[in-house]
Amino acid sequence: MLEVTDLKVGYGAIEALHGISFSVKAGEVVTLIGANGAGKSTTLRAISGLVQARSGDILFEGRPIQRMPAHEIVRLGLAHVPEGRMIFANLTVMENLRMGAYLVRDKAKIARGLEEVFEVFPRLREREKQMAGTLSGGEQQMLAIGRALMGGPKFLMLDEPSLGIAPLLVKTIFEQIVKINRDRGLTILLVEQNANLALRVSLRGYVLETGRILLADTAAGLLADPKVRSAYLGG
Amino acid sequence: MSEFIQQLINGLSVGAMYALIAIGYTLVYGVLRFINFAHSDVFMVGSFTGLYAGRAFTQASWAGGVTVMLVSMLACAVLGIVIERVAYKPLRSRSKLTVLITAIGVSMLLQNVAQLVFGTNQQAFPDTLPATTFQLGKLVVSSKDLVVLGFTLCLLGGLEYIVLKTRIGTAMRAVSFNPQAAALMGIPIDRIISFTFGLGSALAAAGGFLWAYKFPRIDPFMGVAPGLTAFVAAVLGGIGNITGAALGGLMLGVIETMVKGSRWSTWTEAIAFVLLILVLLFKPAGLLGRVQAEKV
Repeated sequence: MLEVTDLKVGYGAIEALHGISFSVKAGEVVTLIGANGAGKSTTLRAISGLVQARSGDILFEGRPIQRMPAHEIVRLGLAHVPEGRMIFANLTVMENLRMGAYLVRDKAKIARGLEEVFEVFPRLREREKQMAGTLSGGEQQMLAIGRALMGGPKFLMLDEPSLGIAPLLVKTIFEQIVKINRDRGLTILLVEQNANLALRVSLRGYVLETGRILLADTAAGLLADPKVRSAYLGG
Repeated sequence: MSEFIQQLINGLSVGAMYALIAIGYTLVYGVLRFINFAHSDVFMVGSFTGLYAGRAFTQASWAGGVTVMLVSMLACAVLGIVIERVAYKPLRSRSKLTVLITAIGVSMLLQNVAQLVFGTNQQAFPDTLPATTFQLGKLVVSSKDLVVLGFTLCLLGGLEYIVLKTRIGTAMRAVSFNPQAAALMGIPIDRIISFTFGLGSALAAAGGFLWAYKFPRIDPFMGVAPGLTAFVAAVLGGIGNITGAALGGLMLGVIETMVKGSRWSTWTEAIAFVLLILVLLFKPAGLLGRVQAEKV
């Protein structure tokens, strides 16, 4: 479904990704793990069009997207829940969700989408009319994911969904991620610092280190790998 | 007392027009974080468009006046969109200072082209809307003031509806808060920015039309003074905040008119800037602005 080949991305004089290649097949959950600054977020940002790739190819369903602007990539069914959630704090929860469905013109479809999101995260229904900025971190993450789901994507990229969130809510959010993948067949590319948690819900994983892919294996393989265990899983 | 009320009505109608201009500054600031100094000249073009469109009607009438105002608004919406596309969009990735200086350049260009096209002399603005004065006790009220206030209220109501209730208005607020996140929703940023310029410019044109209706002598530099005052109004209210801009405009209109009618009348032109300095000293985010002025 997603095919990244020799992707290079830089900010000014600094190159953040030195040519990485990986792929995600339809229906999979794949995780990119790595330390801070390894280039995980940059990879997602390059795919969704928030930063321009210097060179390399990004194919989504066989179609090159590395030169497309971000707002057109979404149209293909590729959603990105960015690092730091980036919810619209000055809009209500409902308005945030409606913005997620900006490209959906069919009102019945938007109503169905809302029902589905409220089913996944009932907490959002309770907070419907509240300004999004007043939500807790975990609720904001739910909103960010719900907002991305409103567009009816085929492919969902999640950047650090566990960051700065109460452990109980992390559990809820990850359960829902697994459920979304299982029930809807939504393909998921996950970026996480909490490698243990991420690998447990994934099929495969890639280890990124300073802009290069160091290892690629099944999630079980990575969980068992002594190098990965000592570097990313806390022994 | 009656004099006070008289001045208040007069001040509110001037303030209403400041508000219409100020909102354009604040809308553009909201999505692009820069001050469009050419905005006051769009206001001037709005007046002149009204002047020429008004010649199509020989008699003052409500339908005619409203038509002329709508023509002005439409023409200036197009002008605003073209200015953004041609002058500002190519500089989107440059520093804000570059765009700011370009805006001053566009302002000069509009003033000079206006002198070339419209001439440098003051021109009389035709009476497009009916006007009378009526007496309430000692109070002499010009219907013009009431018309200005009424029209402004309708326009502000329409604006509020667009910004708060429509899909494109919500998208404007989203872009203003975080353009990257908005792009990830599939919101076409460029189109939203164009729309914002069109909306702000249309309101400035309405302000220009009403201004010429109240003060019916117009010239290519007529935008400079009200434009500057309206800019102060936008900062006073909290730049980026629409309600703040409207409130700031009304306040400045009333204060200016009161000062003009008092024995400190020589301070009239300066009072807006005295207030600007005070606001920047004591409440830099403006009356309704939040401290982190980045987030609107």
